[in-house]
Amino acid sequence: MSTRLDVVPAVGVEASAFTPVPRRRFRARGRVTNVLLGCAGLLSVALVAQFLAPLGIVREQDLPPTTVIMAALAGLLGESTMWMAVYDTIYVWAIGLAVASVAGVVVGILLGSIEPLRRATSSTVEFLRPIPSVALVPLVVLVFGPRYESALVLVIYAAFWQVLVQTVYGVADVDPVVADTARSYRFSRWGVMRYVIWPTALPFVMTGIRLAATVALVLTVTAQLIIGTPGLGQSIAQAESGGANARMYALVLITGLLGLAVNIVVRLVEKRVLAWHMSFRKDASE
Amino acid sequence: MLEVTHMQKIYRTADTSFEALRDVHFTVAPGEFVCLVGPSGSGKTTLLKCMAGLMKPSAGSVRVADKAVSGPPEGLALVFQEYGRSLFPWLRIAENVELPLKELRLPKKERLARVAEALAHVGLENSARSYPWQLSGGMQQRVAIARAIAYRPDVLLMDEPFAAVDAQTRAELEDLVRTIWRDLKITTLFVTHDIDEAVYLAERVIVLSSTPTIVQREMIVDLPAERDQLSTRSLPRFSELRHDLYAEIQKAKTHSALTITA
Repeated sequence: MSTRLDVVPAVGVEASAFTPVPRRRFRARGRVTNVLLGCAGLLSVALVAQFLAPLGIVREQDLPPTTVIMAALAGLLGESTMWMAVYDTIYVWAIGLAVASVAGVVVGILLGSIEPLRRATSSTVEFLRPIPSVALVPLVVLVFGPRYESALVLVIYAAFWQVLVQTVYGVADVDPVVADTARSYRFSRWGVMRYVIWPTALPFVMTGIRLAATVALVLTVTAQLIIGTPGLGQSIAQAESGGANARMYALVLITGLLGLAVNIVVRLVEKRVLAWHMSFRKDASE
Repeated sequence: MLEVTHMQKIYRTADTSFEALRDVHFTVAPGEFVCLVGPSGSGKTTLLKCMAGLMKPSAGSVRVADKAVSGPPEGLALVFQEYGRSLFPWLRIAENVELPLKELRLPKKERLARVAEALAHVGLENSARSYPWQLSGGMQQRVAIARAIAYRPDVLLMDEPFAAVDAQTRAELEDLVRTIWRDLKITTLFVTHDIDEAVYLAERVIVLSSTPTIVQREMIVDLPAERDQLSTRSLPRFSELRHDLYAEIQKAKTHSALTITA
């Protein structure tokens, strides 16, 4: 009875269409070791970066020593313009992700539950989905100019497919026995949606949103870098063109930290929403 | 209460056709407890799905409480063999039992009363707030039974409900179903492949042939209404009925509509 539910959501940035990758299972003991190993890895990178320039392996303007970057980072944390850029980035990211998630879920449930509709649209989806969002930059600049709407469209486009594909897959995962149970008790259309399809699809939807959250952040920063809409991406571009390389590296670190924060938040939400589901799998695996 | 009239079911694909049911014809009177027995592959599941309105027969009809069945009928509850998959894993026990009542749009007060009563009937008052996966298989099937009786159906259809539980749990659940039937007087049709179970539970046993399926024989089980795992099973009459039924099933394994009508 566990076989259907323990192969649910996918991990990794690129899940191929309609095929979820099995999720990694975390064990409490492994987690502590993981954190230690992770810290050790970060420290070694910082250490190597510290000595690359002094040893003459790279030029100092290409990769300043870690301490210099850290000093620039400390300086940035006191600048209100930097916090403004963080705010702009989160703003575009959050709105883009929210719109893409709602649209992806609604369209996904429609396509997933109406078979002819799914067959009619699957080739279109497979054609549009692989188009890199960045390829749409000229188009959005033409339509919106260097305004935040441009970034928003790119973010929504990229994040939408992640949620859509996972939702369609989740809807298809309804257990036939559960479906027959609901039918034999004469559940209404809405009842089937609310009590059967939605809870079944939810783990997949959450996976889709988690993947979409990462992609959305990538696209937010990319759009700001290329189009020059306000945000961390724009700040990085400005620092680079002004030759402030330590500052540029510090800004890159900040976007990295932001990505980390996004991942942690989405995982926490996922864990809360799927409490019944996680426990179910734990129970089944022991 | 339940009438199956000359039902035929043929599965067709582009170039093949398979006749699962040839001519199945029987009735179950109000308040009766009937067991449907047949060798494996005798179209029991097909028949059940047609009765429950989950599948359309190719010919013939079903009536539940004097209404023709076209989709899943009102007043019919189904208990599946796969209890683990039939319950909603994201809902607590009480919520699982309550959900069909919500869909019936009953007022909250009545829903809660029915849920409490049904859980008491199956002895699960204390597990109302657990999740299905926290319970043993036998307890999960009790939840499915509670869900069915809280629905207050005219007809209770059970599809080999105890095929996947251990022998002791099975005996307990058999007594439970018998007790519920006597207390609530729900017309019950119980599908099984287990001969002992059929004789122990039923007032009447309907034996199906192998495919293409017809009703091969009907047997009245004239055992005392009060049944007990030990004394009932050691009655000479129990052995006789069991013997007859066994012989009939052996015959059914080689017989089908083709050989019987020929």
